[in-house]
Amino acid sequence: MSCIDTIADYGLRSLGLGERLLPRTDFTLCQQFTLIGSGMIWNIYFGVLALAAGFFLANALAVAKAAPSPIVRKPAEWFIFLFRGSPLFIQFFIAYEALVMLPRAGIDLWGITVETAWLTRAWAGALIVLFFNTAAYSAEIFHGALMAIPRGDLEAADAYGLSGWKKFRRIQWPTMLRLAWPAYTNEAIFLFHATTLVFFSGFPAFQQRGDALYYANYFADKTFNPFVPYPIVAFYFICLTLLVIWLFGLMNRRLTRHVPQARRPRLRVRPQIIR
Amino acid sequence: MFASCADPNSLEGLSWLLCYLTSGSHIAFYWSFLTVLVLLAVTAPAALAFGFAGAVAARSPVWPLSIAGRTYTAMVRGIPDIVFFLFFVIALDQGVEWLVHQVRCPDWTERVRQGLEFRVCPAAKVPAGNAPQIWHQIYGFALAVVTFAIVFGAFVSNVLTGAMNAVPKAQLETAESYGMSHGQVFRRILVPQMWIYALPGLSNLWMILIKATPLLFLLGVQDIVYWARELGGTKTSLYAYPHPDWRLYYFLALLVFYLGMTRVSEIVLGRLTRRLSFGQATAAGEAQRKAAT
Repeated sequence: MSCIDTIADYGLRSLGLGERLLPRTDFTLCQQFTLIGSGMIWNIYFGVLALAAGFFLANALAVAKAAPSPIVRKPAEWFIFLFRGSPLFIQFFIAYEALVMLPRAGIDLWGITVETAWLTRAWAGALIVLFFNTAAYSAEIFHGALMAIPRGDLEAADAYGLSGWKKFRRIQWPTMLRLAWPAYTNEAIFLFHATTLVFFSGFPAFQQRGDALYYANYFADKTFNPFVPYPIVAFYFICLTLLVIWLFGLMNRRLTRHVPQARRPRLRVRPQIIR
Repeated sequence: MFASCADPNSLEGLSWLLCYLTSGSHIAFYWSFLTVLVLLAVTAPAALAFGFAGAVAARSPVWPLSIAGRTYTAMVRGIPDIVFFLFFVIALDQGVEWLVHQVRCPDWTERVRQGLEFRVCPAAKVPAGNAPQIWHQIYGFALAVVTFAIVFGAFVSNVLTGAMNAVPKAQLETAESYGMSHGQVFRRILVPQMWIYALPGLSNLWMILIKATPLLFLLGVQDIVYWARELGGTKTSLYAYPHPDWRLYYFLALLVFYLGMTRVSEIVLGRLTRRLSFGQATAAGEAQRKAAT
């Protein structure tokens, strides 16, 4: 079987398309690359959607945390502490156990039955956890940036007669985003790395539709040889990280396009570890 | 544990709960919290030592050492550490067994890696096949500690390299002009001064280390996550204390434990930062000086 056939069979295996049975013996390098790569689809899916949705919640939380009124501020502070103070691993477990407890038949809301079974699947349940998690971490970054806006900028905005929403929209928000962007890039990389935990904690891989690490672990278990599958995962993740850095770098260029070249902050990437 | 717990079926309400929470497996569960604390207590200094060695090596004028130090730091970037955790444990395990195999069975003719299997001679099994269960657990725990120390050491090394560069150059030059040798400057000026610059990064790492401890479960150690899953699962009437699926409550207890740990760490690290900023040429140190006068 040539490598092209393998890719055709297993390329979309993690989505449940193509050949159902995983290889049992005679593992080739091509099979490992293809299956682990097909698992990467899930990592990218979780990362992209959680980041995209988390960005908006993070903005709202950051503004809420900076609010003077304790009724708005306290819930935001607690939310951020809850998700930043506990391991993502435990969050996945709790979310799964809590979602499993929902009634199987669905919840009856004013005559309309709301299905709940889909929530216990990784594609929805884990995505919700990752969404809340990245929102909390990003909110802390954005809040820090919001506090770091130079006072002169705000005074200038006042002097120009900007206030309320207009001041926020034209001055505070863009400056906050610009200041927070390098840290936010790290957070994005960090989140993509965190997606590997999904199938290792809580959420079971439904019909072997797992992510990259799930398949790598499968190969390592079957071949007793960690020296091939894990470096393959590492390779894919380095590529993904470089892609994220490039994309966020483009955005950074756009955000800082008015800043003089010499004072433009360079994107310093310091990926972190598990949260 | 208590005499009244001899017959669980006759118990009800609070006394049932009391007996349930002090059953043998629950005591093991409480001990596993100690496992986590021991892991933290052992890993933190070990990672600090690894990181310090890495940072010193990266600064070394001898280029093979400097390359080794920098490679070590760069190694962990860009790769999810869970990959490292899974990889290192198997790799270390096989590495140790392979070394013992070379020493103890020099005339072993079969190949160690036979296709899909990793076979060493029986004498080289670590720990020995007939060793009591506790040794297997200790060995697994030790592998986990080494893995944690290697991975976190790389991050510590990154932080310490930055901190060493942040120590004002003038201080080092002053020390040299007083006639101190490179070693003396390093020991007497650089190392004592760098901690305040390293502290924000190190406290961040400590938080991450706390939150990484549930990964012990993935490494096969019987830690709190293992026991929470074990004890919380549905128990039929075959067991002494039957109950439905309570895993959610066990995990909520773990959540509270971790939130408490991070909160206490935040407070302690905040105090430490204030203590270390004393008399330093930083904004915080300056603020303290102003407040004092």
